[in-house]
Amino acid sequence: MENKRRVYLDHSATTPLSVNALSKMMPYFSNVYGNANSQHSFGQEAAVAVDESRREIAEILGVSPAEIYFTSGGTEADNWAVKGIAHAYKNKGNHIIISAIEHAAMLSSAKQLESEGFKVTYLGVDKFGRVSADEFEKAITDSTIFASVMLANNEVGTIEPIKELSAIAKKHGVIFHTDAVQAVGSIPVKPKELGVDMLSLSGHKFYAPKGIGVLYVRTGIKPERFVAGGHQERSMRGGTTNVPLIVGLSAALKEAVSELEENSKKIKDIRDHFKERVLNEIPFVNYNGDPNNRLPQNANFSFKFIEGEGILLNLDLMGIACSSGSACSSGSLEPSHVLLSMGVDAGEAHGSIRFSFGKHNTIEDADYVVDALKQIVEKLRKMSPLYASKSYELKGLKNHEEKH
Amino acid sequence: MYNEKVIKEFSNPHNVGELENANGVGTVGNASCGDIMKIFMRINENEVIEDVSFQTFGCAAAIATSSVATTMIKGKTVEEALKITNKQVVEELGGLPAQKIHCSVLAEEAIKEAINDYLKNYKKV
Repeated sequence: MENKRRVYLDHSATTPLSVNALSKMMPYFSNVYGNANSQHSFGQEAAVAVDESRREIAEILGVSPAEIYFTSGGTEADNWAVKGIAHAYKNKGNHIIISAIEHAAMLSSAKQLESEGFKVTYLGVDKFGRVSADEFEKAITDSTIFASVMLANNEVGTIEPIKELSAIAKKHGVIFHTDAVQAVGSIPVKPKELGVDMLSLSGHKFYAPKGIGVLYVRTGIKPERFVAGGHQERSMRGGTTNVPLIVGLSAALKEAVSELEENSKKIKDIRDHFKERVLNEIPFVNYNGDPNNRLPQNANFSFKFIEGEGILLNLDLMGIACSSGSACSSGSLEPSHVLLSMGVDAGEAHGSIRFSFGKHNTIEDADYVVDALKQIVEKLRKMSPLYASKSYELKGLKNHEEKH
Repeated sequence: MYNEKVIKEFSNPHNVGELENANGVGTVGNASCGDIMKIFMRINENEVIEDVSFQTFGCAAAIATSSVATTMIKGKTVEEALKITNKQVVEELGGLPAQKIHCSVLAEEAIKEAINDYLKNYKKV
């Protein structure tokens, strides 16, 4: 086990903190410790750092600093966007539209709103994971107040036609939000160019610390206050301002955007090399998602006739980190809702694995993982009754009622 | 999430593969639920399970329970094997996460199915 090579291919889950961002954050943990809302010099030093960070983030996104609200991350931003609009605009209507492949933060929030009496339409996707603009327009009714479609999907990396969707929303007077958590730092993201009213982002996906994110809210859009409390975030989200994390978010975003072109190209090259080798060297594998319209860091495969968790844990024993769309790793019986929405067979969805590359990965990492995968897939297939018959239908199978 | 024993059984499972001359085969599970277990047995004239093997499509817990359950019944009589419960399989593994308990149920059912197959189709009366 000693000196075992370790390869991290789970950057869509989280990334390591940028060393540069960490060093920018350090003074704000102990030296500059004032409460940014205090009037004395201790507080004002902290307030200056927050203002400066907010201004920098706004500038990078091409928006006004007054349109930036700091949150604890992407989940909070998504919760705030949909619930905040639903509650604030409920006199205008009670209908919400989201895609079926949203992150759990959006899906669970929508479910919660359904229990409050809101109506939710879940837009399906095609086999590549793309939402259809026509279907979106057809789903809009007189009572539609809010719609949300993610900029890029976290499991398969499919990039959604946000400009087209936001234009339709605008035409019908529907507030449009996009969850850009996976996209920021990977592809250029400018809310005004996308035409969205609201946008969520999360720091730790682009080498900022965990626990900090942003909800962009276009001037004129007024969601309900999210956290009752003091005057922080223009009284919309109470709670003492988290100065070091905000400084870290700003520093990491600046770094990510300045390196974006170079990193994305490098990451895409490694991903493509990896994908080609997997598809050429391992039989019975499907590449899930859109082959072209896709985040550069994402590769998602279904290894047929075996189950994802077994692959994931075997890779882990070899020092390799990735993520699985199988039900077994999530604790539910249903495999990935994203793959099922794309029409992937449930059995194949259970055998899906997501690899997400980052700026520190190399071609050698990719090769090491392909070599490991070949052995692991072969080993698990030798154990699989499905591989023996190359079919998901087995003769003499007694259906087992799951007992949970 | 898994204890060391489970990881050990999962990474180096015993009794893997198809058994030649099996006279009792039980398959349970469902591909869309993510686990299928197939147990092969060779039962002799004294109703002792001489040899046993498995093929499993499923998560680490499903593979580990298959390995342990087959090891537990090897050399046992049919009567003894029928008495093995999923709880004993879980105990043998030193515990399983709550959402994985159904894997041990699957193992118990696969054993029963294989024995039923033997009793129905192979046992010489």
